[in-house]
Amino acid sequence: MNKHNPPMTASIQSSTFSQSINAEIRRAAATGIYDIRGGGAKRKVPHFDDLLFLGASMSRYPLEGYRERCDTNVTLGTRFAENPIELDIPITIAGMSFGALSGQAKEALGRGATLAGTSTTTGDGGMTPEERGHSNKLVYQYLPSRYGMNPDDLRRADAIEIVVGQGAKPGGGGMLLGQKISDRVAEMRNLPKGIDQRSACRHPDWTGPDDLEIKILELREITGWKVPIYIKVGGARPYFDTTLAVKAGADVVVLDGMQGGTAATQDVFIEHVGQPTLACIRPAVQALQDQGMHREVQLIVSGGIRTGADVAKAIALGADAVAIGTAALIALGDNDPRWEDEYQALGTTAGAYDDWHEGRDPAGITTQDPVLAARLDPVEGGRRLNNYLKVMTLEAQTLARACGKSHIHNLEPEDLCALTVEAAAMAQVPLSGTNWIPGQVGY
Amino acid sequence: MQVVDLEAEGLRGLNKTLQAQQMATNQTAWEVVNARGAHAIAVGLDAPIEVTVRGSTGYYCAGMNKQAKITVDGSAGPGVAENMMSGLVVIEGDASQYAGATGHGGTLVIKGNASSRCGISMKGIDIVVHGNVGHMSAFMAQSGNLVVCGDAGDALGDSIYEARLFVRGSVKSLGADCIEKEMRPEHLSLLADLLERGGVDAKPEEFRRYGSARQLYNFNIDNAY
Repeated sequence: MNKHNPPMTASIQSSTFSQSINAEIRRAAATGIYDIRGGGAKRKVPHFDDLLFLGASMSRYPLEGYRERCDTNVTLGTRFAENPIELDIPITIAGMSFGALSGQAKEALGRGATLAGTSTTTGDGGMTPEERGHSNKLVYQYLPSRYGMNPDDLRRADAIEIVVGQGAKPGGGGMLLGQKISDRVAEMRNLPKGIDQRSACRHPDWTGPDDLEIKILELREITGWKVPIYIKVGGARPYFDTTLAVKAGADVVVLDGMQGGTAATQDVFIEHVGQPTLACIRPAVQALQDQGMHREVQLIVSGGIRTGADVAKAIALGADAVAIGTAALIALGDNDPRWEDEYQALGTTAGAYDDWHEGRDPAGITTQDPVLAARLDPVEGGRRLNNYLKVMTLEAQTLARACGKSHIHNLEPEDLCALTVEAAAMAQVPLSGTNWIPGQVGY
Repeated sequence: MQVVDLEAEGLRGLNKTLQAQQMATNQTAWEVVNARGAHAIAVGLDAPIEVTVRGSTGYYCAGMNKQAKITVDGSAGPGVAENMMSGLVVIEGDASQYAGATGHGGTLVIKGNASSRCGISMKGIDIVVHGNVGHMSAFMAQSGNLVVCGDAGDALGDSIYEARLFVRGSVKSLGADCIEKEMRPEHLSLLADLLERGGVDAKPEEFRRYGSARQLYNFNIDNAY
């Protein structure tokens, strides 16, 4: 040992006070304002990656690769609606508003969904003619703000989705900040241009499931009982929320876990309220089964769906379909490294850009700036989304065939095992290499 | 006059019949009997017809109305004329909570009192209440006019945007960002018209005007350090 140069104690970064936490403390100290951003939870939570399919073996008979038939069609809204929605694939496009997204982006979503044989969904702010025109199956969201709500659009919709909550912020409303309020957006929402537009956290004319049952009656009467009515809930109390949604008369329950995105909400809300998608599915399915409504009332799961594997796993756990939002935007070009210089200029980097509320999206998707919005070609965007949806469907079929299923809906929890104790408990499937399902009676 | 017995025809039969009326229909006068507090009576109408409901109604009577004149010869349950687009809805008695919620246009006249959240999130509708309104009325009211000839409850106009509120009696308290505003000649003129349309025998000068201080219009997001 050299007494003039003794060994030093290593510099250890605190796990509690991490660099990102410290940066947020400094930002808060400098500004006095909490952070608002778009997207869903970025923290690591148990997810579909923590599940594996077992595949066929001595006791299961597989189907041949990409040749043998494995159907993917799904019918939504069979309980009460005269005209249920028939989709070719079990992957739908989640609600995202014109206002949060550019008109071109909404058109691209409609084009892509239509090419793939699935539905897309409006958002806060109403239905645009472009979106209706380019979407073969369009779900019209019925939100607390009722921005742009009118009976004509209601009757033009193929389904109505009553939004009670969303996974990014169960119990929270939304806000479209003034810099994204163009003349057209302002007119559609009956508010002056340039001011922030608050989306209320609760509906203005009903307060609980008993009221909601009557609200649904009214909507059915206005639309002649023709179209399905969905109820969308955030991943908060999935067993009870699903039970009450069914009681209120839903045809379809849409369940959105905490990885589900939002256009703008406080970061603390996104990261600290709600449950992971993986933890929500089985309780919701249980609620349906307990009421004898599984497959009678369809379940759409969203929040962090990225691949065909995610699709197949969600369906194996009991969902009828899934919805994608963030993934669809990425398919259109959101956070693409081709815009890295501009992301850098905004103080971020491709893959991390989440200031969707500021309207300066280099990819031209989460903006109302006409110059930026023109960067997205709706036709090309639609083509890309269709490709992505096709790939996810092929992936899901591949996995289903490997499990011996001739329809993707024949996947079941018995086809799965979990890589972690947490995922095993949430998905209620055995921990890999064991027959242990944490939380079940007997363990 | 066409008379529909709700008990005999059922809700679907009633609404289907009324919704089927076209712009040029000759059957412009309708009467609904045996209402018995049923929900969703005369919703989604879109023709210049006149409908009189005999008796009180449940939730959402006249919801999303366009063009029609609907009179409730009794009291109305929650959410009467919710999201109305145009036309005229008259309640001869009292109205429960959320009256005229999110209404985009048309006129709602309540000859008795209205409960809480009258005109919540209104987007262009005109509402004239002959009596009092309950708490949280005109919450997040975006545009249109609310006239209260009696008193207003707590938190009137909380988080209000551009709607105009006129109150003749007392206001128990104002909500966030709602303030009393000067009654200028154009407001007196507007109010005179509203009072006439609402069948109210009162002078505009007896009212006070309330509206947004516009202090909550822009959230300070300049945190991009």
